[in-house]
Amino acid sequence: MSNPNQTIPGQYRGNFLREVEANVEEGEWVKMCMQCGVCAGSCPLGPYWDYPPQQIFMMIRAGKREEVLSSTSMWMCTSCYNCMVRCPRELPITHIMHGLATYAKRIGKAPQTPITPRFAQKFWDNLTVTGRVNELKLGLALYFINGIGEGIQTAMKMQDIGLGMLKTKRMSPFEILGGHGIKDKAGFRAMLKKAEEIELAKIAKNQVAGV
Amino acid sequence: MTAVIATNQTILVVGGGISGITAALEAAECGKQVVLIEKNPSLGGRVSQLYKYFPKLCFPTCGLEINLRRIKANRNIHLLTQAEVEQVSGVPGDLSVTIRLRPRYVTEACTACGDCAKAVIAEFDDEFNYGRKRRKGAYLPFNLAYPQRYVMDARMIGTDDAKAAQAACKANAIDLDMQEEVITLKVGAVIWATGWKPYDAAKIQPYGYDRFQNVITSVEFERMLDPFGPTNGQIRRPSDGAVPKNVAFIQCAGSRDRNHLQHCSRVCCMATLKQTTYVREQLGDAARSSVYYIDIRAIDRIDDFHRRVKEDANVTFIKSKVASITKDGATGDVFLHGNDLEKPGVGSDMRYKNRHDLVVLAVGMEPSVSAAWLPTNPHGFLEGNPSTGIFGAGVSSEALDVNRAVQNATAAALRAIQVVNRVAGVEG
Ligand SMILES: Cc1cc2nc3c(=O)[nH]c(=O)nc-3n(C[C@H](O)[C@H](O)[C@H](O)COP(=O)(O)OP(=O)(O)OC[C@H]3O[C@@H](n4cnc5c(N)ncnc54)[C@H](O)[C@@H]3O)c2cc1C
Ligand code: SF4
Ligand code: SF4
Repeated sequence: MSNPNQTIPGQYRGNFLREVEANVEEGEWVKMCMQCGVCAGSCPLGPYWDYPPQQIFMMIRAGKREEVLSSTSMWMCTSCYNCMVRCPRELPITHIMHGLATYAKRIGKAPQTPITPRFAQKFWDNLTVTGRVNELKLGLALYFINGIGEGIQTAMKMQDIGLGMLKTKRMSPFEILGGHGIKDKAGFRAMLKKAEEIELAKIAKNQVAGV
Repeated sequence: MTAVIATNQTILVVGGGISGITAALEAAECGKQVVLIEKNPSLGGRVSQLYKYFPKLCFPTCGLEINLRRIKANRNIHLLTQAEVEQVSGVPGDLSVTIRLRPRYVTEACTACGDCAKAVIAEFDDEFNYGRKRRKGAYLPFNLAYPQRYVMDARMIGTDDAKAAQAACKANAIDLDMQEEVITLKVGAVIWATGWKPYDAAKIQPYGYDRFQNVITSVEFERMLDPFGPTNGQIRRPSDGAVPKNVAFIQCAGSRDRNHLQHCSRVCCMATLKQTTYVREQLGDAARSSVYYIDIRAIDRIDDFHRRVKEDANVTFIKSKVASITKDGATGDVFLHGNDLEKPGVGSDMRYKNRHDLVVLAVGMEPSVSAAWLPTNPHGFLEGNPSTGIFGAGVSSEALDVNRAVQNATAAALRAIQVVNRVAGVEG
């Protein structure tokens, strides 16, 4: 497949809103936004976003493709749903944020900082092995996400919490050997494979249709 | 037993607000027989609870007085107060209406001297002032009330207090044995003018109307300006009675919101612009007003009013739907949180936390009556349909200001007249 980031914009003739509607989960809702700003003011992380949701929606309509897709904004979403319950137009804002993040990552636009995109990948890789999150490995992966030096430092800092969790049986040291998982791993993998097929088919269809 | 003469050529007007009064007068002055029924003990509706009217900023009492004089002068109008329609059935030209009449316990002999009110001790929340004031158990709803007749609160019946009122009345007008009645009338057409009620502000959870004393509604603010209102016409904040210096108005409080009322209530932008002039008029440069809005919907000639208010240096407009309100415990002040959409920059630059000492929620207008047999649209407004013989007038049919409500009511009167004229043509 050619570089989607080069082929896609051409396909939508530079109409970023249409690109979002076709490719982003719940993207067809973006045009319903009436720019009231209540989502932006409701987000507990709002002050840390480059562009709060209301601004993201406006930028999508204004065709600011680069700024939106490479923005750190949607990676800040903690899924608190504050915006969504207050939106007077009932936009599924939280889901759109995740949809945008997913899409940006798929076409290689996700930013390097913050670490959320990378952590999300590690979470996925971790989860898909056994069907259950291996918290010990995931925790360690997070500590060492920025290299070995910082990792050791963080691990030392978190030592007491780690030991506490071991003592209260919230975490098992044996998880390092493989860890617990679900019963029907084959079924689980088949399910993921099917989901991936559906997803790829959708992408392929969009590319052919070019709408 | 209340005797009302009505025929297939009679027009029934339900609701005695400005729209119902207008429709009743238009029809009656065309020579039609009209029965006007009003749920409250007196006419006037919501307009009588306003301090001033936009766009001319005149007093609504003035227009009301002229209309009341027209009613008094007209023999074709039969008025029933404390009356509510329970059911309308039949076809245009032949409608049957069931009406429940609640007793007033005060007869037409009342001279409105007020001796009964002086004699009673019991007090209740005053509906006319949205519960922000207390009134006696025997009372005149408001100074200009028509009919000018006192009312005995039904909760007084059976008490010694009620008997004291009866004893005090020199005109012998108090009848504590009055009973509720249900009557059925035959009429030709019905004009439905039951108007609106303010949207329940407590349902807008993030604004804390039920938690913060200094968050009030726009209709309550109107009452505050009335010399006979809860604060004798003085703009005061409820928590400590202090004069506010920094008033916030929040637009679309409950309107244009799929979680609340979906429609634009149309008058609240104008009402807020008007209310900033109240602040300016009474407090001058000692107070500032801030209007938080999605967009200001000031239609046609009202746009000039909007422009004039924008020129006032003491009024600030902030393009932002307020996200939430929190309280500053020590002072009774509140903080408004949100994003200012017109501030340049990134998220953190746009975010605000603004302190205010009084917040006025521009609440929406919600249709006041809903009944299964009433033909309404999904927003609860009456859907005009000639086949029912029920014609909507004023805010019961859509969110309108007084000017448009009156036009709309006149149109409804014409439709009703057409129905009874048809009946007259057949009956000869
Ligand atoms: C804060 C605020 C400020 C406003 N300021 C202005 C302004 O400055 N200028 C302007 O033009 N407009 C203003 N408006 C709008 C104005 O209030 C309405 O246009 C007006 O009240 C419409 O009159 P109406 O007769 O249709 O309804 P209403 O005034 O609601 O009258 C309806 C009447 O019907 C009666 N009724 C209800 N149910 C029944 C029933 N079941 N049976 C019998 N009777 C019933 C009620 O008791 C009432 O008397 C304002 C609105 C708000 C919210
Ligand atoms: S709350 Fe909804 S309508 Fe308002 S700006 Fe956000 S997405 Fe748009
Ligand atoms: S008139 Fe103004 S405040 Fe009222 S609902 Fe419409 S836009 Fe909102």
